[in-house]
This record gives sequence, structure tokens and C-alpha cells, in this order.
Amino acid sequence: MDDTYMKEMEGLRARMAKLEKGQENKLSAVVFSGGLDKGLASMIIATGASAMGLEVSLFFTFWATPLLRAKGKKPGPKDFFGKLFGAMMPRGAGKAKLSQMHMGGMGTAMIKNIMKKKNVASLPELITLAGELDVKITICEMSMDLMGFTREEMIDYPNLHYGGVAAFVAEAAKSKVQLFI
Amino acid sequence: MSNTKVDLELDLKGLACPMPVVKVSKGIKEIEVGQVLKAVTTDKGSLTDFPAWAETSGNEILDTQEGDGVFEFYIKRTG
Repeated sequence: MDDTYMKEMEGLRARMAKLEKGQENKLSAVVFSGGLDKGLASMIIATGASAMGLEVSLFFTFWATPLLRAKGKKPGPKDFFGKLFGAMMPRGAGKAKLSQMHMGGMGTAMIKNIMKKKNVASLPELITLAGELDVKITICEMSMDLMGFTREEMIDYPNLHYGGVAAFVAEAAKSKVQLFI
Repeated sequence: MSNTKVDLELDLKGLACPMPVVKVSKGIKEIEVGQVLKAVTTDKGSLTDFPAWAETSGNEILDTQEGDGVFEFYIKRTG
């Protein structure tokens, strides 16, 4: 075999290795929406993907951030806007509302009731399950800051991190599946 | 498939998505490679979900039985 052929082969091999490295068996999702429905979709996909053997990483930002607030934890000192946001935003996944047909609480109560009857796991249950399955959750530091949430008032979750856009993009760039919910 | 030797049986009746797949993925780790897991579900979605899970996780569904709204899966751990 001549030299140019060998060189070409070598180049191809290097490119293959690079491609393989760039595609990990991983799912990265931005969870942006705070609605009960989209929260459920996010957590069902996350737990399902983990069961299928994918590594799963969720980045909670903006309206989805309050889904990770704990029910009874003390937030610590806050400024005026922090207190205002804290009072206006749902305190945890159990308080999330449907993004459609909330109907002053009637729609959300109805769907929760039907879910219980049909034995569908609730959003807080799914978050606990995700923790058991080692689903990684990164909370957007900027959203925390913007809404005045403190780390003390967020849920106790085994694989919980705080980070910014680079933390998400670095993982997403290597993931086979990327979602924005 | 009643003569297949089952090493572990999971009763997943009444559970809804994503629980059947989550439980079966936990169950398969409790048996050795080559052993067989039997999973019983009532979730119609598991008919398409279980084969998809098996393909992705590298396990083999030996047989599927349907009747009376109950689905039985015989899954061999290969991955």
C-alpha cells in the first residue's frame, strides 16, 4: 500500500475516534416550563431514559426552577423582591399548575385526581424516583438569583448541582439526545 | 412459554408509564446474564415500550403473551 492511502486511513481513523467520543449514550434536557404537564413530561422522559440505560442530565431554568423548591424549608434572609417572588411562585412540584385548562384550580385538581385513580406517579414522586435513578439535575444559578431563591429552600436531591449555560452546553454537545421542554 | 424457567417474576399490574419500564430495568439487574425475567403488566403501552427498552438496553424478549388485558413478557438478560 502506498503512503497517501495509509495517511488517508489514519486521518479517517482519527475522525472516527473523534465522532465516537462526541456521541455519548446520554440525554440532556433543558426544563424551562413550570407547568405541571410539562414537568411530568420532563420527569417521565428522564426516568424512562435512565431505565433504558442512558445517562440523564436535566438543566432546570426559569419557570421550572420553583418546581425544585422544598415544601417546608426555611429560605433564609431575602430582599424585598426575593420575598415577593418567593410568595408568588409555586413552592415545589406539588404546587405546580397545568399550563392549559387550569381553570382557577379546577382543571389541575381534576387531572391530579384522575392521575391518582389511574395509578400515574405524581410529579414529586417522579422527582424522587429520578433521584434514585441517579438522574443529574443542575439548577440555573441565574434563575435562582433572578427570582431570589436561596439554596437552603431547594429540595434535598442526591445528584443536585448549580451552574450556568456552559454547564448545560458542555453536556448537551456530547449527548445523543437533547431536549427543550 | 410456560415451560421456560423463570428466575424472577415481577408483578407490574396497575402501574402506568414510566413505572413498568423503570421496574423492569431494575429487575433485570437482579438476575444473572442468561437468566430469565417474567414481567406481568396491564399497561397497553408496555407492548411497544418493552421491545424498545430491550433493544436499547441490549436485552432479549423471548416471548410475549396477551390475554384479558394482561401482558406477560419473558425477558432474557443478555446485556
